[in-house]
Amino acid sequence: MSATAFKSYRPPVFEADGDGEVLEVAMGPHHPSTHGVFRMDVALDGERVIKLKPVFGYLHRNHEKIAEKASYLASMPYTDRLDYFCSLTNNWAYALAVEKLAGLEVPERAEYIRVITAELTRIQNHASAIGFLMQEMGASGTPLMYAFREREKILDVFEELTGSRMMCNYMRFGGCRVELPKGWLEKVKVIVAGLPGFIDEVEALLTGNEILMARAQGVGILKPDLAINAGITGPMLRAAGVNYDIRKVDHYGIYDRFKFRVPLGDHGDIYDRYMIRVLEMRESVRILEQAIPDIPAGPIMDPKSKVRGFRPKVGEAYGRIEAPKGELGFYLISDGSGNPYRYRVRPPSLINLTVLEDMCLGQNVADVVLIFGSVDIVLGEVDR
Amino acid sequence: MKSAEEILAAIQSALPEVKVELVVNASPSQQHSLRLDPASALAVAVFLRDDPTMGFDYCSNATGVDWPDKEVTEKVKVSKVVDGVEQLVEEPVKRIQSGYLEAVYHLFSMKQGPGNEPGPVVLRMRTVNRTDQVQLPSLTPVWRSVEFQEREIFDLFGIVFTGHPDLRRILMWDEYEDHPMRKDYVDPDDYEYEPTPHDEVLKRAEEHKTKTAEVAQ
Repeated sequence: MSATAFKSYRPPVFEADGDGEVLEVAMGPHHPSTHGVFRMDVALDGERVIKLKPVFGYLHRNHEKIAEKASYLASMPYTDRLDYFCSLTNNWAYALAVEKLAGLEVPERAEYIRVITAELTRIQNHASAIGFLMQEMGASGTPLMYAFREREKILDVFEELTGSRMMCNYMRFGGCRVELPKGWLEKVKVIVAGLPGFIDEVEALLTGNEILMARAQGVGILKPDLAINAGITGPMLRAAGVNYDIRKVDHYGIYDRFKFRVPLGDHGDIYDRYMIRVLEMRESVRILEQAIPDIPAGPIMDPKSKVRGFRPKVGEAYGRIEAPKGELGFYLISDGSGNPYRYRVRPPSLINLTVLEDMCLGQNVADVVLIFGSVDIVLGEVDR
Repeated sequence: MKSAEEILAAIQSALPEVKVELVVNASPSQQHSLRLDPASALAVAVFLRDDPTMGFDYCSNATGVDWPDKEVTEKVKVSKVVDGVEQLVEEPVKRIQSGYLEAVYHLFSMKQGPGNEPGPVVLRMRTVNRTDQVQLPSLTPVWRSVEFQEREIFDLFGIVFTGHPDLRRILMWDEYEDHPMRKDYVDPDDYEYEPTPHDEVLKRAEEHKTKTAEVAQ
């Protein structure tokens, strides 16, 4: 084959200014802004970043290997620990992949419950992500505590439904684990009715805020063509202006029944990522407002699905959902036995960090903390 | 939505000299895949990304699969003397089917916009064996999204991606030698053990002790 010419996307090379003073700094793994144990090896020329290499693996426990040694169902509680902010969407992605692999149907009531819990998860994740971003900007406390106040209400209803605030372990192949408790939907209705007020409060505090605008606008710009090529998904991709939301594209579950818009950014900077998260919270509230009154009665589990002796036929499947942080996918290969032959998690947090270097090059070192915060990652999912 | 067969036909008409095979997936997911010849994989990848009728600009997932050597039992007809009469008898014969490592890529398209989205196009590539011929061409120059994922495959499975810009271990530490996701990986007795400078100090102290003991005698 002759070598074909094609466009390849690599980070630009930044040269030092030549005075011989390049400082190499290891930011992390215990830096307070790294959301856990993550390291960036940064080369600085003055305050300017000229090289950045992310270092992973501090939280690596080989989730995939453990899952290959356990039965299909036994990995369900372990998916909670991937992105521990959004255990219910992790459950859903895994359940969806297994349902594709085994050809299971999900009853309508279970689909509604899944949408309600997933959208509540998205709201609390985006609220906390904004809170953490502001924390890193120096607004210590207030925005984060506002977000956590709201998140705590949502986690309370999760606890009532699933028995656990964060490690929910709620979804099953072909449905959900338990029926809604009495009066649960009324509680969710009260929370959802209060959410627009909360989002207004966040916007009043932050959207026109001069410090946020000064620090976030025009910083950490991500271009749409690079974002597509680098596989960026979720709010980061949409902030770069690419219209791609898996809820709209794949119509998994019952998302085609709800009216909601996909907010898009213009500039792809930190401010756009903040704004996209605010707008997505509003759209999630819209979905919840449509889903809660519509929820039908009926079973919550596919009668074909088995808890014991679950052995899908030989084959493979890739299932993906729009998790709050991006495309969360599970790739499973079955060899006909009771545990998966290959179990792969496609982690949005890890792949969204591919362009961290591109976004940070040429920026000040203080902005690296903000750019990193605007990606919104959880190390449990990055390292697995 | 294009099926795997249509994409296969398009590849074959555009790049006639390239070898591509359809791998049928029997599960209800119906996600069939295309097995590429490593020698021409880059050309197919560029075609799938840049050709306007394809437009698979987004490579979502890349992962490895380990298929170790396995013993296959086959029935072979052998002529044999049974009760003084020569007969054709079926006899089980065992042979070792050599294993290989596989890299799997899932492609999607963002360009064509919501509504007419092709489902995952699955590409697979095999190495020759699992020990010394484990090279595959890297697709990172075509899709940047697999940069970290190919590093992860290199780290956990031991596939060496030629043409990768920065092929280092990503999850395990740099001094680590094994590939933990392989099926024949054996867990270490001591997970915490790693050689430290302290071991050398202890060794030197031991040598010093024996030397001084010799001198004293």
